[in-house]
Amino acid sequence: MNRLSLLSRKPWTWSFVAALATWIVTILFTGGASTASLTQATLTFAAFSVIVGLGQMLVITLGPGNVDLSVPATITLSGTVALKLMDGQDGMILAGLAVSIAIGLAIGIVNYAMIKFLRIPPIIATLSMSFLVQSTAIWYNRGLRVKPPEELASFTTSSTFGVPNTALVALLLSLAVWWLLDRAIFGRWISAIGQNAFSARMAGIAVDGCRLATYVLCAVLASVCGYLLASFSGGAALNMGAEYLLMSIAVVVIGGSAVAGGNSNVPGIWGASLFMFLVVSMLNTYGFGAGVRLIMTGLIIICVIVAASRPAGSAR
Amino acid sequence: MSETEAVVSIRQVRVEFGAVKALDGVDFEVRPGEAVGLVGHNGAGKSTIVNVINGGLSPHQGEILYEGEPGGGISRARAHGVRCVFQELSLCPNLTVVENTRLMHAGLKGFGWRKRAATLIRARMDEVFPGHGIDPLATVGSLSIAERQMVEIAINFLTVTEDPKLVILDEPTSSLDASLAEQLMTYVRRFVREGGSVLLISHILGEILSTSSRIVVMKDGRVVTSRPAGEFSVKTLVEAMGSVVKETARTASSGTASAEKVIALVPQGGSATPFHAARGEIIGLAGLGGHGQTRMLLDLFAESSSKWFPTAAKRMAFVAGDRALNGTFSQWSILRNLSIGNLPQLARLAAVHTARETAHGEDWKARMGIRTPDMNNPILSLSGGNQQKVLFARALASDATIVLMDDPMRGVDIGTKQEVYATLRREASAGRTFIWYSTEMDEVRLCDRVYVFRDGAIVAELSGDAVSEENILAASFSGEAA
Amino acid sequence: MRKTVSGLLPILIPAVSLAVLLAAVFYMQPRAMSYTGLNLLFNLAVPIALATIAQMIIMAVNDLDLSIGTFVSFAACVTAVYMPNQPLVAILILAGAVGIYALLGIVITLRDLPSIVVTLGMSFVWGGLAVLILPAPGGQAPVWLRALMVSKPPLVPMAIVASVVIAVLAHLLIMRSTFGVLLRGVGGNSRSVARAGWSVLALKGAAYATAGIFAVLSGMALVGLTTSADANIALRYTLLSIAGVILGGGEFVGGKVSPIGAVIGALTLTLAGSFLSFLRISPDWQIGAQGGILIIVLALRLVINRRSPQEKTS
Repeated sequence: MNRLSLLSRKPWTWSFVAALATWIVTILFTGGASTASLTQATLTFAAFSVIVGLGQMLVITLGPGNVDLSVPATITLSGTVALKLMDGQDGMILAGLAVSIAIGLAIGIVNYAMIKFLRIPPIIATLSMSFLVQSTAIWYNRGLRVKPPEELASFTTSSTFGVPNTALVALLLSLAVWWLLDRAIFGRWISAIGQNAFSARMAGIAVDGCRLATYVLCAVLASVCGYLLASFSGGAALNMGAEYLLMSIAVVVIGGSAVAGGNSNVPGIWGASLFMFLVVSMLNTYGFGAGVRLIMTGLIIICVIVAASRPAGSAR
Repeated sequence: MSETEAVVSIRQVRVEFGAVKALDGVDFEVRPGEAVGLVGHNGAGKSTIVNVINGGLSPHQGEILYEGEPGGGISRARAHGVRCVFQELSLCPNLTVVENTRLMHAGLKGFGWRKRAATLIRARMDEVFPGHGIDPLATVGSLSIAERQMVEIAINFLTVTEDPKLVILDEPTSSLDASLAEQLMTYVRRFVREGGSVLLISHILGEILSTSSRIVVMKDGRVVTSRPAGEFSVKTLVEAMGSVVKETARTASSGTASAEKVIALVPQGGSATPFHAARGEIIGLAGLGGHGQTRMLLDLFAESSSKWFPTAAKRMAFVAGDRALNGTFSQWSILRNLSIGNLPQLARLAAVHTARETAHGEDWKARMGIRTPDMNNPILSLSGGNQQKVLFARALASDATIVLMDDPMRGVDIGTKQEVYATLRREASAGRTFIWYSTEMDEVRLCDRVYVFRDGAIVAELSGDAVSEENILAASFSGEAA
Repeated sequence: MRKTVSGLLPILIPAVSLAVLLAAVFYMQPRAMSYTGLNLLFNLAVPIALATIAQMIIMAVNDLDLSIGTFVSFAACVTAVYMPNQPLVAILILAGAVGIYALLGIVITLRDLPSIVVTLGMSFVWGGLAVLILPAPGGQAPVWLRALMVSKPPLVPMAIVASVVIAVLAHLLIMRSTFGVLLRGVGGNSRSVARAGWSVLALKGAAYATAGIFAVLSGMALVGLTTSADANIALRYTLLSIAGVILGGGEFVGGKVSPIGAVIGALTLTLAGSFLSFLRISPDWQIGAQGGILIIVLALRLVINRRSPQEKTS
């Protein structure tokens, strides 16, 4: 009882409850026929949202106004460049990953440089950046569709002990981010910055260094996601990142992290990612079209944010 | 004597913020043609009573009567002619003077309101502050702080559809120079003679004594005295406020300061005096509030620490005065608020070592006497004084050799203060340097050496026996009294 | 003296940049310097200007609307599908949508929500509704709307006449009327607005509703120009509108906005599109160039703000 009430106080519990409920409802509709395949698909696709969501979560932790809208373009560019570089050769897999990460590093640094030195609000800075990045991807891609290296493709599409490999990668990355956020000094620092940047500065925290590191981490996670996603789907597409713009923010919000910053959690990203994919498959199963899916997604985000809020002025 | 006469009267009003009784059963009234001076120490309940009267705060107990009618709320208060000039300026900086006038006066309706508002506000400004030179079409953000305060005062004395009956002035002269303050007080006296009422709060007792007809003294959320102004002098007023006027000699000058200079700055920002600090010294920054002391502390801190790279050893630590602004992290526990100052020492392999952190917390809880059952409780569960102790502990626990203090004793109870003063002395003799901005004279007198600030620059350096109230006041005010 | 300089500067900069851009276009394509040329250049300016005004009103109360693009698309779909044959239905739907905008403003204020996340969620909702109403591109413009948008007033093209009308109306509403003063007051210092006895809640609701009305007009104007609609027709407007407000000298916080500047900003952005195609920039880089222009403008603004002596808040 006690443990249960403790669990219900964790902000991420609800995302898992919702995911489970949606899973059951979907299974019931199909009469249990698709249990295994549904679970497999859910884990596979949720993994991509998890990886992007982790980065977005770190950025949102930095406090009001901090958000990275260049995530989709980063995914696209990273996937495009990596695949073209690897050119289907198994020997180039690591080189491709390295280039992906380098792209993330560069985008993260430029993002924060614009925020810091040009004093452009993060939303606009990262959005403008995403245009430049997207254009670069279009120019680089030239409509070619390069196949991923055989080994990489089979790695991303197969499972180990019944768990999709992409989900395992996401799990590893989640553990790393969890350690960073919950155990490491760095997590304390960004949480402090998110609660009150002025206080953080006066407590001696290297505020700009932390922010830079966070934006870079977010971009690197997005580019890793692009690398995996392109390999998984058998080639990079120019719109492959598009759906992750809103998705990355949605999973942070639904996962119970504070939108105003300072308080984030990793498990919620998983709960929310599973939930978001399951909602889509549930609506598909029930035969609803794209319109209803979009509306439902939007309403869920708004309901969650309203439910997590308190009346104005009650905070103090 | 009859109730209907009072512009506002509150009866047996209680207001509590958590465990703090801000108002503890207060009776208070203002009658027409009365200028009531309200004095009291920090935390006596002055701001709370103002907020109850202007309708911004509904009391947990008791009743408010405006001209004999019961009721509360901002709009009701305004309907009964209650106006309030707030301590922190409350104009919209992005709007013009005329637009701000419109905002404050719902009665300025219909076509041509701009022209009418401009005429009205210009006339009132001329009346209150003759020769002010402020353009009513100027954006408020482009005015100086003093000009903004003048505009706000004039707006509140404006008659649009109804006359102001009671104008609350909360530290109205805080950013006005002496001649403007005198213009204001002259106008207030005329306003009261013509039948208006004023509630005046000021830390300048001379203003209170010369302008009020009756003085109300508050202490610990209660009204302790309410008598005609003529029965008070500065001395009796201060006595009534409860702080005994200390004529004792300074207890400072422990002589621990060494010759080893830890900071030496060339004169800057129009200062004639260079700033320096030695190891083991307690240096006071004095002068009127907001004259550059905080700026200097922030600049000193900014120079000492990098914004880009985490540094292991920090030279300076900062103790905030405005805790919510630049001190506490409100979502965190007491322990986390304490340990954030020196995480690297409590960490292993870049991760926070929980056991070490807990031990650290218990250690400082005992040393500073932080009153809480559990260091894992939220920081906001503590009283203001105890939160302040946490911030002190954060600075003292670090290995910083210089501690910057930004008027940290604001709103702290006397017991805590004494404890902290003793700690400061101890730490200073152990070789730490303290640079202490304080708005309280008693605290400044504890310092080894004092720099007095005026208009963003250091105007005097006092040390030894020269650190006295007279000298500090003289330096803070000189030139402005012309 | 101080007043006139600080009052004119924000509008002067966008006006000058528009003039420079226009001169560059005329230099490269002298034929554009004619009635039809101007009409073509500024053809799509009217809906963008309306959407920019809508965004500006939201920004005046310190919020940001990330759903403007999808909402304008939604309004365009409703107009194209219902307005020609069932005008009453169309009007009811659009009025309901404006009502939802007002509700959003109220909920955001009441629960102290971040407008970015709420409007992000709403962008899904409007997008979904648009898809439901118009699954495939189509519909048609009502005759009167089409006639209005393509009408040819003497001397000056319709796009410019309409832009001037929009600028003047928005200026009267936001800069001159009491309502506008209160809106900007909420952006500048909502506490003092509340202390003066106004309802910030009602004001925020009204601000969102007004923004909704301008956004609906934007969608209608767009259909009038393009004669059909689809669910993704105006997705770019979210960014364009924010950029237009900023270009026009508006700020993200503090209630500092300029309707005339915003319309000029919208015209500049419209022109920038034509300018880029005149430069024969490869279509690959069209989006990137927009991002680049935005960054350059924001950087320029920083340089100019640094020069001006006032404004040293930190």
